[in-house]
Amino acid sequence: RGQGPPLSSFAPPPARFAFRLACSLRYDIHFHDKKILLLEAGPKKVLEKLSETYSNRVSSISPGSATLLSSFGAWDHICNMRYRAFRRMQVWDACSEALIMFDKDNLDDMGYIVENDVIMHALTKQLEAVSDRVTVLYRSKAIRYTWPCPFPMADCSPWVHITLGDGSTFQTKLLIGADGHNSGVRQAAGIQNVSWNYDQSAVVATLHLSEATENNVAWQRFLPSGPIALLPLSDTLSSLVWSTSHEHAAELVSMDEEQFVDAVNSAFWSDADHTDFIDTAGAMLQYAVGLLKPTKVSARQLPPSVARVDAKSRVLFPLGLGHAAEYVRPRVALIGDAAHRVHPLAGQGVNMGFGDISSLAHHLSTAAFNGKDLGSMSHLTGYETDRQRHNTALLAATDLLKRLYSTSAAPLVLLRTWGLQATNAASPLKEQIMAFASK
Amino acid sequence: MWGGRKLGLSGGWFLSVLGPGGRSTQAARPLISSAVYAKNQLSWTLQVKPEVFNEYRTMWFKSCRITFSYLNRIKNFRYPWVKLYSTSQTTVDSGEVKTFVALAHKWWDEQGVYGPLHSMNDLRVPFIRDHLLKTIPNHQPGKPLSGMKILDVGCGGGLLTEPLGRLGASVIGIDPVDENIKTARCHKSFDPVLDKRIEYRVCSLEEIVEETAETFDAVVASEVVEHVIDIETFLQCCCQVLKPGGSLFITTINKTQLSYALGIVFSEQIAGIVPKGTHTWEKFVSPETLESILESNGLSVQTVVGMLYNPFSGYWHWTENTSLNYVAHAVKSRVQEHPMSAEFVLKRETEELQATACTNPAVHEELKK
Repeated sequence: RGQGPPLSSFAPPPARFAFRLACSLRYDIHFHDKKILLLEAGPKKVLEKLSETYSNRVSSISPGSATLLSSFGAWDHICNMRYRAFRRMQVWDACSEALIMFDKDNLDDMGYIVENDVIMHALTKQLEAVSDRVTVLYRSKAIRYTWPCPFPMADCSPWVHITLGDGSTFQTKLLIGADGHNSGVRQAAGIQNVSWNYDQSAVVATLHLSEATENNVAWQRFLPSGPIALLPLSDTLSSLVWSTSHEHAAELVSMDEEQFVDAVNSAFWSDADHTDFIDTAGAMLQYAVGLLKPTKVSARQLPPSVARVDAKSRVLFPLGLGHAAEYVRPRVALIGDAAHRVHPLAGQGVNMGFGDISSLAHHLSTAAFNGKDLGSMSHLTGYETDRQRHNTALLAATDLLKRLYSTSAAPLVLLRTWGLQATNAASPLKEQIMAFASK
Repeated sequence: MWGGRKLGLSGGWFLSVLGPGGRSTQAARPLISSAVYAKNQLSWTLQVKPEVFNEYRTMWFKSCRITFSYLNRIKNFRYPWVKLYSTSQTTVDSGEVKTFVALAHKWWDEQGVYGPLHSMNDLRVPFIRDHLLKTIPNHQPGKPLSGMKILDVGCGGGLLTEPLGRLGASVIGIDPVDENIKTARCHKSFDPVLDKRIEYRVCSLEEIVEETAETFDAVVASEVVEHVIDIETFLQCCCQVLKPGGSLFITTINKTQLSYALGIVFSEQIAGIVPKGTHTWEKFVSPETLESILESNGLSVQTVVGMLYNPFSGYWHWTENTSLNYVAHAVKSRVQEHPMSAEFVLKRETEELQATACTNPAVHEELKK
């Protein structure tokens, strides 16, 4: 208490960004004599043996994020457990033939599907290996924060004070809030949050495929009710993420297994939403593109069919968008979902969080090597500018896509059909998108 | 230069008042002379520096205003009198002290008056750190400067002292202004690590030269030499407290027309980036002058780099051009010339003594004993 650890982080249930940041900083050479405290609301999860059944909460990890994880040794643990690499991604429309196929020519992995539990376990293991300078307090909840005064005065501490539920207090030079989209740190600091709820919920489940395949493709189809995605987990298993209206989501979770499997299959295969007008218009553009660029023609492929669903793996959670007006205040920084919340349709939520960690760790490392006070706004604003630029663009694009694909009105369908076909034909543009998403 | 001439003229005016032939003309002088004087000043300005001031008319008018206000200040502070009659050894300028006392509590407001000094840390701390790291064979991760003793002269509120302390060095910060040291001590008291590594004292450099001779690995005089009265003495003292092979880091402002236009007129009078009266152009030092003074004290200048402040972004940048702000790094030579010459003289004396002793057997006996 008297010594005052310099950094505190809070960790929310799903993504555990705080753990990742703590690992990243602990392994940084300039942080050698700094103390880090992690306050985790949940209990310590000890995974003795990896369970046979796959978890239904998975994350799509970009190669950039995988690099970050390997920089402090967590990726090796993940590799020793399980993960699935995918090489291609097909995204197509339910209302037309338009599709976009992301494919890395050089056979590199586009991304990795890893269960959240596996990531969490890898991080906990890595943190334990360095427990001399990182302290983790499980089942701790902060009930009060005392913010620093703007000018140093004799009786007013310039540091942040945190009071926990059990009465213990800590003082820190920098408080990092990684406590999810209902961030307590953000609310206590009074940072404005632009947010709205999509009237959509996401249903997740673990699905068994009819037959074993190579299963290294990620599939996503935009239905008028919302996108449905199939992410590979193993040769016979895939993970489902289906964003749809609240009512439909509730139905899907409660219906029996056979009906559910049929609903999933027809969502991917049925062409009921096609209209002749759009089909003709789409074919016209495709013909024109074929004349201009008579190279490879990507025909629409169908995802593998689903045979059954894992019992008790169907869960739903609500979706929304959120963006904090400020990511930083004097001695406070927000990362991950506390700063931004995004629709899962682009699979970018976790990767944005990783980007935040990478940027913040870099700025803090430079500041430490320059002897700066870690809570100083001068480098925190650098982190904020860095990330806000990237995140706002991605958030806006994701929101726009979500709205664009939520309708079956003909003009918008035509617009997005042609847009998708044109983007598919323009390889430089596709490469740019892939590069941006894999950072 | 322009400023020097101004001083010379004003000094001349005072002396002419005192001078022997002054009485008869004195009555006429006060009424006419100021106007004449001013007119001469103005016309002189027009003739000699048209290319600068013809283009910037507002600055030109303002500079005339400064001339008058400067003359008033000379009269108030009796500056030439102090120079003529002072017998103290101090390099501290009491006028400067007054300016800083008024702003003592504002040191740690990063968006306040001292904001530019805070952001200058982004340049000067890495500069000092990197040059000092070259002299350390293996440094500890997390505390790269541990084991080094550094003196921060004119530390103010401790803006540069604290980062150096955080990097592991033991730092002593000195400043003649009591309020500054109070602010600095208060600020470091919250951090237990810094509290142990940093020590602050209210004194001038001359006062501690005796007790701290050759004890510091590095001396930092950042934004200080443009505020001292006698720069030669100041730099000599800096050299005396350095260990042989130790480094001296100086950041200051060059004495050029550009530094007058941007550093005084724009920064102080127009934009208010620097509080009015902080700097006086006469005290600015050019890198060449600085280098010659340092060389004469046995310090060899290793690096001189320019720094540029962008008032819109609030950040500093390195630049090749040293006509505004610059940083200089000098190293004290390891081989001391004075002690050697003393030895040499001693040797010669003993030889002479022995030579004379040979002729005088009584003395020879004495020497043998």
